[in-house]
Amino acid sequence: MNSFKPLRVGEAPLIKWSLITLAVFLGLLLLLLPLVSIFQQAFVGGWERYIGHLTQPDSLHAIGLTLMVAALTVPINLVFGIMLAWSVTRFEYPGRKLLITLIDIPFAVSPVVAGLLYLLLYGNSGWLGEWLYEHDLQIMFAWPGILLVTIFVTCPFVARELIPLMQQQGASEEEAAVILGASWWQLFRRVTLPNIKWALIYGVILTNARAVGEFGAVAVVSGNIRGETNTLPLHVQLLYEDYQAEAAFASASLLALIALVTLMLKAVVEWRQQRSLSANDNKEQSQL
Amino acid sequence: MQIKVIKTLLGTLFLATSLNVAAADQTLLNSSYDIARELFSAYNPVFAKHWQEKTGKTVEIKQSHAGSSAQARSILQGLPADVVTFNQVTDVQILHDRGKLIPENWQQLLPNASSPYYSTIAFLVRKGNPKQVSDWGDLARDDVKLVFPNPKTSGNARYTYLAALGYAQKSFGKDNQASQDQFLKKFLGNVAVFDTGGRGATTSFVERGIGDVLITFESEVNNIRQQYGADDYQVIVPKTSILAEFPVAVVEKNAKRNGTQELATEYLNYLYSEESQRLLAGFNYRVHNETVQAEFAKQFPTVDLLTVEQIIGGWDNAMKTQFANGAKLDQLLKR
Amino acid sequence: MIFNNGRLRHKRVLPGFTISLGVSLLFVSLILLLPTTGLIMQTSSMSLSEYWGVITDPRVLASYRVTILSALAASLFNCFFGLLLAWVLVRYEFPGKRILDALVDLPFALPTAVAGITLATLYAENGQIGSVLAELGIKVAYTPLGIVVAMIFTSIPFVVRTVQPVLEELSHDEEEAGMTLGASDRAVFWRIILPSLWPALMVGTALSFTRSLGEFGAVIFIAGNMPYISEITSLMIFVRLQEFDFAGASAIASVVLMTSLLLLLLINLWQARYLRRIHGR
Repeated sequence: MNSFKPLRVGEAPLIKWSLITLAVFLGLLLLLLPLVSIFQQAFVGGWERYIGHLTQPDSLHAIGLTLMVAALTVPINLVFGIMLAWSVTRFEYPGRKLLITLIDIPFAVSPVVAGLLYLLLYGNSGWLGEWLYEHDLQIMFAWPGILLVTIFVTCPFVARELIPLMQQQGASEEEAAVILGASWWQLFRRVTLPNIKWALIYGVILTNARAVGEFGAVAVVSGNIRGETNTLPLHVQLLYEDYQAEAAFASASLLALIALVTLMLKAVVEWRQQRSLSANDNKEQSQL
Repeated sequence: MQIKVIKTLLGTLFLATSLNVAAADQTLLNSSYDIARELFSAYNPVFAKHWQEKTGKTVEIKQSHAGSSAQARSILQGLPADVVTFNQVTDVQILHDRGKLIPENWQQLLPNASSPYYSTIAFLVRKGNPKQVSDWGDLARDDVKLVFPNPKTSGNARYTYLAALGYAQKSFGKDNQASQDQFLKKFLGNVAVFDTGGRGATTSFVERGIGDVLITFESEVNNIRQQYGADDYQVIVPKTSILAEFPVAVVEKNAKRNGTQELATEYLNYLYSEESQRLLAGFNYRVHNETVQAEFAKQFPTVDLLTVEQIIGGWDNAMKTQFANGAKLDQLLKR
Repeated sequence: MIFNNGRLRHKRVLPGFTISLGVSLLFVSLILLLPTTGLIMQTSSMSLSEYWGVITDPRVLASYRVTILSALAASLFNCFFGLLLAWVLVRYEFPGKRILDALVDLPFALPTAVAGITLATLYAENGQIGSVLAELGIKVAYTPLGIVVAMIFTSIPFVVRTVQPVLEELSHDEEEAGMTLGASDRAVFWRIILPSLWPALMVGTALSFTRSLGEFGAVIFIAGNMPYISEITSLMIFVRLQEFDFAGASAIASVVLMTSLLLLLLINLWQARYLRRIHGR
């Protein structure tokens, strides 16, 4: 047997490289190839046609609407995520676990069902919908409806990122700060925020990615009015159904691009997070 | 930083929306089926011009496209559409039945049962017709694979199913229920993919290379040849087929609320004008205007068109006896 | 992921209990719970036997089977593939590692409809992957296998991202002791590493399963949607909606919703239990 027996499992070159090869191969096949294929089909007709597809008024409006919905969804879910994480990790009360489970509903519910839930409530047949109709308030089939379902499907992301982290960190630093007389704002700004910063940004990135890309739920409540309630993913489908595969993939590539930027940002955030964690460790060690 | 980004985004957006509220005197929302996008983006400017000449007012027409059942559902739930231009009589009827949004006699309000254009079900086969398909009977052969959407989710496919039923009644006799069922069972058994909509079926057939025959509206079949190369595919129009109406109606409750009754009515009426009928024929729809019919005679072979009424006694009965949960279609599909 | 139960229970030194709990409850009620009342109202318009009839319709039953079996297959595949990815990403250095790491989140970031269209293109018999598989006699797109592929794609991040942190934090002492004592790689992996990993692996797999149950956008384009063979439950809801049968749609949706909720509750409870057992003080 090898006299320099490694101290860790799977360090033998043969095992190591065959595992890496298998993982990379499957990763390429299952994850990268679909991505490449989108861009490939978007650029079939060359750059100029690609730009042409994207600068059509309907496409531009879809891009604008999608960005607006994301821009409103992110801060709302950010505040909610922090509040929820704070309340379930810093205090004990009955029903706490139920609350943590409830927040996962959107992960579990099929987006179509999510859209249906909202439609049944705010649509004309719903009990709230009748009142809205009488008061001339259009929620479904207008941007507020799209915003609502987007908030619904994306609300777990920030909270889900924060809860395990804040649980792990515990409350000792914060309790110390309060005993030393910090106001709640100082406490949040100086103690909590620095600790959860990276997880928070990670949550925001995921929220944003999903908000931009949501299809199933939005499709149910949008009404598909072109140039008014058509979001980018709906626009992709519309074009695709319209034999304009190239234009559809041009819009799809924009969504894929947002996905890519998301992934890049995320990689950067993780890298910074690790660096700041190891810097903290060093600091603690030197203090000891 | 982030706040700034958000502000910029919101700013851009408000700019975009304000640009959108163009200086038109009136707006009209047309709720239409998913594959009518090209058609109405051609018709809308024509109508806007006509409306301006007639009244001196400008009009902006907004389009909503999705499957026509989904559209009807949206309108029932509050989509403020002024007019509907669908490809399913039942989807218009339900606006009356469920929401009282349109009058009961909506089919009498405009000529030809409120259907300004019509089409029929035809076949698309691959180059050279390798499986030698010429009529419905060939579609039940063991060696033929079919592509058409799911009759549960697509109106297009409901026509296909009823057309097949019409053929079966004609060749086996209206009372020979057993032979009809046997034919339909084989016919349905030959389906390779049940997409949810007509365009999905087209993609499966053309781009994924699935099946030997695509069954869809004649207007679509011709579109596909134009889009994907006329040499690679051949259109087969069967000897008997079904009359597929494209019903239109003013959603009176919404139009009243939006103050667009006159505009909405004229929008639909103008579809019957010669200019519009020519435009419709250009999109491969069959029309009623005789002058235009003569001009396009070569494009539309003569077919013996059965109506839904003749085959199954109307849509109500068709839905009840064939497509409803647990009805004929479900039984035929049972393994 | 440590639950500091002991320390939190008795103190309320920290500010913001009322406001944070208040905002959370308000938000959960308005955004999550209120809409479900619509579902309940629709469902309650049916009698119990009607409800039972709708949710046990043979075709719907077949769709449960297809959905559950496909989700099982997909999450089982992801259990292995996810472990492999997590292992490779944590344990080894190799060129392109960071890219692979980032790619894992692609399914979260890519809209499901786009994913569905693209997967159907790739795995169709004339697609890049499908043509290779077709020569081997394997058909993916428009068969139940296509559903599995779409589910694998949309739910792989759950396993990787659950296992990865645990693998990173795994203490090396026992592993190194085992290796020094001359145990084989396989023995150390099975006896020492896997026992500490498997709770996380199970949670990840269960999350992946739950997600697969509800997937619609990605599946619908590749499934073929043949009755009794490749129709998923989400499609049955969609079909009921097309038929204007809101109550029927709600009934089936309620089954999916309750199943998912139950699964999630179990996952959360179980996660809390095993964490307490591991870190129990």
